[in-house]
Amino acid sequence: MDTNTPHAPRSLWKWAVQTARLCCGVPDYDVYVKHLREHHPERDIPTYSQFFRERQEARYRGTGGRCC
Amino acid sequence: MQSAIPKPSPAGKILWAAIAIVGAWCLGVVALRRGEPINAIWLVTASIAVFLIGYRFYSRLIADKVLQLDPSRATPSVLRNDGLDYVPTDKWVVFGHHFAAIAGAGPLVGPVLAAQMGYLPGTLWILVGVVFAGAVQDFMILGLSLRRDGRSLGHMLRAELGEVPGVIAMVGVLVLMMIVLAVLALVVVKALTHSPWGTFTVAATIPIALLMGLYLRYVRPGRILEVSIIGLVLLLASIWYGKTVADTPALANLFDYDARALAWWLIGYGFFASVLPVWLLLAPRDYLSTFLKIGTIALLALAIFLAAPTLQMPAVTKFIDGSGPVFAGNLFPFLFITIACGAVSGWHSIIASGTTPKLLANEGEARMVGYGGMLMEAFVAIMALIAASSLHPGVYFAMNSPGALVGTTAEAAAQAISGWGFTVTPAELTDTARNIGESTILGRAGGAPTLAVGMAQLLHGIMPGEGMMALWYHYAILFEALFILTTVDAGTRVGRFMIQELAGMAWAPLKRTDSWLGNVVATVICVGLWGYFLYQGAVDPLGGINTLWPLFGIANQMLAAIALMLATVVTVKLKRERYVLVPAVPAAWLVICTLTAGWQKLFDAKISFTAAMQKYADAAASGKLLAPAKTADEMQRIITNNRVDMILTALFMLLVLTMLFFSLRAIVRAWKANRPTAQEEPYVALSSVAN
Repeated sequence: MDTNTPHAPRSLWKWAVQTARLCCGVPDYDVYVKHLREHHPERDIPTYSQFFRERQEARYRGTGGRCC
Repeated sequence: MQSAIPKPSPAGKILWAAIAIVGAWCLGVVALRRGEPINAIWLVTASIAVFLIGYRFYSRLIADKVLQLDPSRATPSVLRNDGLDYVPTDKWVVFGHHFAAIAGAGPLVGPVLAAQMGYLPGTLWILVGVVFAGAVQDFMILGLSLRRDGRSLGHMLRAELGEVPGVIAMVGVLVLMMIVLAVLALVVVKALTHSPWGTFTVAATIPIALLMGLYLRYVRPGRILEVSIIGLVLLLASIWYGKTVADTPALANLFDYDARALAWWLIGYGFFASVLPVWLLLAPRDYLSTFLKIGTIALLALAIFLAAPTLQMPAVTKFIDGSGPVFAGNLFPFLFITIACGAVSGWHSIIASGTTPKLLANEGEARMVGYGGMLMEAFVAIMALIAASSLHPGVYFAMNSPGALVGTTAEAAAQAISGWGFTVTPAELTDTARNIGESTILGRAGGAPTLAVGMAQLLHGIMPGEGMMALWYHYAILFEALFILTTVDAGTRVGRFMIQELAGMAWAPLKRTDSWLGNVVATVICVGLWGYFLYQGAVDPLGGINTLWPLFGIANQMLAAIALMLATVVTVKLKRERYVLVPAVPAAWLVICTLTAGWQKLFDAKISFTAAMQKYADAAASGKLLAPAKTADEMQRIITNNRVDMILTALFMLLVLTMLFFSLRAIVRAWKANRPTAQEEPYVALSSVAN
């Protein structure tokens, strides 16, 4: 995998889990934690359930919608 | 551009020549074999060959010449990486996400309805439409959004065309959404009318979802997969128990409703689902329906490949003359309106400018996700068409024709349909109903039940067993109802936010989405809007789908026309006039189709809302009652409904014409300009920001 896709899943299972979660509006938690550590070390790192709750609310907050 | 295009190797040339020959041969068989039924595999192979060739050659032209995608250019996900909304993501994950977002009930319903003209017209439109219109739209809008920080269609319209056309288009989107919700809810109503088994299983999804929501919130937070498996097991159990419900009169009575009652239930459900906290009902249903949707599409593909059914529907039926019972109107323009999703769907332009552009790690991957994702959806549409065409045509027409045309008993229906040249006996109709565990198959328009019977027969052919067909049928109904209802509640919520935004302009407190009053008022308005059309469909003399589906098709294609006009404008603004026909031809085609269809729905002597209104108004004036109206009040209501549909059609036409005017004006200005005038974000090299 090239460096331009840093968050590439390594196995089919990981791909399936990541895709399935993303389909539900929940991005990869590990990626987010890594991002926080690297770019915002001053912020608290949420637990997975806090992260999940926030994302669940966010998904239905805006005008996303899905297809007919 | 910077990506060096590799010269095709001799082996590559031979391979593509072979694909072209195989595809042409299969298409020839599909199109020219007359008199004897052909196998669905010919159609599948022809489609795959067309998709491969379209992807390999046409999408590359768009990527390299029209959009000039540049793998060295940083994408929004890289530039604005926040780990949440903007995240550089593996391309296959983005592809899966994008496909799950665009695939819905649309590509399963439209092709089934269009099968009344035979399988050939629908197939050709799906294949040509997706390669030259649908996939072009999805891909180009995705490409444009990628160059604009992943902005939405509305933002891009305002930036490239101006404030006024931007706002007009957004009003169009809101109206389109209300029609989508109404017509999809009506599909569910049609499938569940007097079907205790179906109604029970669909009703059971509500407590199941509540249970999942609580589990996900308090027991095992965020374990989506785990809770979805629990939900799936409970769903399957409810399908199995549904037979007991249907066979036990005391229980069956509790779940036996007519169309009106079901419409009211759905309206009430839509209200509560969108007002309750999302984690309780909406989100868990969403998860369940997303996974079930993908799983069932895979199951359908497997069934078609394994069963390899023969297409019993003729290639072309006599109904291409516009006299068909399922939807009224000639092949042109109504075939192109009826099959929207699957060939070209305006709704995708919202998805392609939503989450997807914020996830792509590289511009080069937009081709696979945007163009490739839409080809996948077209394949789903082809499969739906195959499932419908592999049914006995007599059964197909019995399910999809309004009672006003074929009567309400198996005998009357069999006689009427045999009279059209599709010989069928009453016994065949009642046997089919008994096999799927229903009391009747008549009047089940809307695509979902037809597809369910088709799927049930295909799956039964692979895995036979006593009573299995009824289980498969109700599984298929449940899966369609589940994701339609998810669309209904999520859509109601989205509509609520849009209405709150508009209402907030008049009175600011209404805008606050956390205010309880604003929330309830906007939800009531939103539910009222789609609920009105749903109820109108439920009491419609022609069964509702007949009236509402063309409105939906016109609205959806109108949005596609707007998206493609935007793509045309930007192409000219970038001074790539040489390639302007790539988006301009499909845009023009959709403008022509929507305007012609709109015109006929307004002024045609036979199929227009105006004619229907006139008929009822004349009867009412002379004190007569026309079915299904039983009172003068009901006569009046039908007249009003038709008038509303007329106004709506006129509004859609006006919208298309306005957008056409603004687009042409922008094109002329950009053509005259001596430099590119598009509002792209500046180039940032990926190598300078990638970590």
